[in-house]
Amino acid sequence: MRTAEASFEASTLTIEEFLEKESGKELLRFSTAGSVDDGKSTLIGRLLYDARGIYEDQLAAIQKSKLNRSTGPIDFSLLTDGLRAEREQGITIDVAYRHFSTPRRKFIIADTPGHEQYTRNMATGASTSSLAIVLIDARNGVLAQTRRHATISSLLGIPRLILAVNKMDLKEYSRQVFEDICADFLYFAREMGFAHIQPIPISALEGDNVAKRSARTPWYTGPSLLEHLESVPVSTDVASGALRFPVQYVIRPDQNFRGYAAQIASGTIGKGDRVQILPSGQLSHVASITTFDGELEHAEAPMSVTITLEDERDISRGDMIVHTHSLPKLARQMEANLVWMTDEPLTAGRSYLLKHTTQQVNARVLSIESKLDIQAMERRQALSLGLNDIGTIRIEASRPLFFDTYKENRLTGSFILIDAISNTTVAAGMIISALEGRNAARRPVRAEERHKRNGHKPAVLEVHNANLATLLERRLFEYGCQVVALDNPGPVASLLAAGVLVITPMPGYANAIRVGELALPADDQAAVDAVLLYLAQHDILDSGHFAFGEGI
Amino acid sequence: MANLSHLRALEAESIHIIREVAAEFQKPVMLYSIGKDSSVMLRLAQKAFFPARIPFPLLHVDTTYKFKEMIEFRDHYPASIGCELRVYSNQEAVHAGANPFVLGTSKCCSLLKTRALLDGLAQGGYDAAFGGARRDEEKSRAKERIYSFRDGHGQWDPKNQRPELWNLYNSRVDKGQSIRVFPLSNWTELDVWHYIHLESIPVVPLYFAKERPVIVRGGSLIPPESDVVKLLPGEKVSMVKCRMRSLGCSPCTGAIRSDADTVPRIIEELLSFRRSERENRVIDHDQEGSMELKKREGYF
Repeated sequence: MRTAEASFEASTLTIEEFLEKESGKELLRFSTAGSVDDGKSTLIGRLLYDARGIYEDQLAAIQKSKLNRSTGPIDFSLLTDGLRAEREQGITIDVAYRHFSTPRRKFIIADTPGHEQYTRNMATGASTSSLAIVLIDARNGVLAQTRRHATISSLLGIPRLILAVNKMDLKEYSRQVFEDICADFLYFAREMGFAHIQPIPISALEGDNVAKRSARTPWYTGPSLLEHLESVPVSTDVASGALRFPVQYVIRPDQNFRGYAAQIASGTIGKGDRVQILPSGQLSHVASITTFDGELEHAEAPMSVTITLEDERDISRGDMIVHTHSLPKLARQMEANLVWMTDEPLTAGRSYLLKHTTQQVNARVLSIESKLDIQAMERRQALSLGLNDIGTIRIEASRPLFFDTYKENRLTGSFILIDAISNTTVAAGMIISALEGRNAARRPVRAEERHKRNGHKPAVLEVHNANLATLLERRLFEYGCQVVALDNPGPVASLLAAGVLVITPMPGYANAIRVGELALPADDQAAVDAVLLYLAQHDILDSGHFAFGEGI
Repeated sequence: MANLSHLRALEAESIHIIREVAAEFQKPVMLYSIGKDSSVMLRLAQKAFFPARIPFPLLHVDTTYKFKEMIEFRDHYPASIGCELRVYSNQEAVHAGANPFVLGTSKCCSLLKTRALLDGLAQGGYDAAFGGARRDEEKSRAKERIYSFRDGHGQWDPKNQRPELWNLYNSRVDKGQSIRVFPLSNWTELDVWHYIHLESIPVVPLYFAKERPVIVRGGSLIPPESDVVKLLPGEKVSMVKCRMRSLGCSPCTGAIRSDADTVPRIIEELLSFRRSERENRVIDHDQEGSMELKKREGYF
């Protein structure tokens, strides 16, 4: 094993030389997600164990523990399941952070649970990771939760995946099994925007292809898990991107020094650079980059530094300092993906505190555009987002925000929502785009918007068979349509304006679909199916929206 | 462009956290335990606000069982860098003679550490308190947030932690509630020593090996520093070359045999001599999951 410690022991380096080498190590943060049965905790335990990241007395404490679940000598999973409640239930509930290191790198693992009810924990772990290990049980192949892990990783902007096909020992290390699973997964993930996916056949329990390549998979020519973790590029995008310097704190020890402190979110700042301060738009030049360790000529993301400017400017926390040639977007209204993280559901119209970079503003959710159905991998209309739901929303801040899209910049494109009453963090947001038009919130709702949300156009269905009318109303309602069955003339015109499907026995409405004139089967249920098909074929119901197929 | 080394990346993250707290809370305080982690945290705070002074005080919760060398260091070093230090003890329990041999370590810690900490924080009206805990120290700490919310009683609910994404920390608290902040969450013990080495940060001399008087008891070396440590039949005080891996109260902190008298040698020892730094602190082993129990009650 080539751990940091082993390399020290085995080499003839002095401790000083060793520390010199250590000082140049990079840091890679990655996340894992998987359910109890995938053996995720076992895999992490194995990684830590093989990397000798586990201290002897921690191992001793595990061997004393009464709750060993497996029959083997050491239950690796007990090393990583921290809290008592979790140990008793045998599930990893929260995000646990683990450390290990090799001669080349230091690693921080964000270990997250895989169940659907822990989507928020997965999102939390993924938010600071630049790689994700998606674990698959070789016996089960790609499951709904495999798809969920990949989807959340993609949504949270993780560029690289390792597809770890585990428990290969239980499938006789079969190449066919491995390749079938990879093909399934790669097909599913083809449009998720990952820069790289590395599939690796492993057995966490036996240690195959975890630290070392295994002789039991001679057909596999790729790297072991640890080899890949050591060599995969650590993202350097942040330092080479556009300068984003979100002012965190104004440092003013005396009248002669006025410094602006920030952790550089992206890009590089240099002494003498011409900069613009947002939102005021004032221009100045960087006079100095001051640190405890002396002045610098340049500083790059993600360093925490303090700068002074050549001109006296009124700058406070929440302002953003940028280069004039690469300005961020400016808007009060944005469209964003949201992971909802609290029990009380989100409904349009609610106001929250929005924290973005170093500023906090009031914000109102204008609308819920769609909700992601992860099982079906489809976006559907929704009136609310519940705990662990992922949706696309439109939001309006009380003052303009300076931001980039989340795809461009994970730090200036993200925000959290805080409930001002309970003080809890209720959502994680990833900005998709700025919404044009300052007055969008005051604009009347248009027919096209109703159509888009409802998934259908307004229409009158003239139905004389009362039984059929009731069944039709029920079925359309179940599909989420705006539908009403009326047995009197009623305010039909108003309902149509509201985008509703109106079912009525009353004749005489213009353009009414006269259901009685269609060739329908005698059986009422079959007749309902035929009517739905007719409505889909005639573009009243959006077939994409309802996924109507041969089943109708 | 080359990536920042892992220590510089951790440093930048910690400075960001310390500044966030100073910017968003009314009355922050930095818990100062005099140990190596506190020394690193203090250096990071200096860096965060340079060239200004650290804009919050330090608070030491004194059990009165600390080593004399710790108290000397405490009274000298923070003042030398222009930092204000406050000290708080549970005077009632101290006067009642609380000690681990009579009360047991659990109850003694509860009175002199946990109770004193909660009272000290309440008395100062602090709404945020920095602590030097690291996630690599102990299993329950691996799940601790960087901003750890505490209710009006200073208690931690592991099932009700706030989600923490990117570098966006939620600093909202109601009156009486507070946040414990752990800027060293992502550091390991090796990182801490490595940083002390790179930055030449002063630490308490007890960390360095020298001949010290100790009682050899079982596998432990107990310094007879406090009056409450009594010799058992057949025991005697002998001189052993040893050092402390972590600093706590003298009756409950064992020394280890060691020749490591410089920071690089300590690191060398750390790498070859693989025991968790908490092994020699009795308090984490008195119950399964004991650190988590203490934290639920409000201990750091």
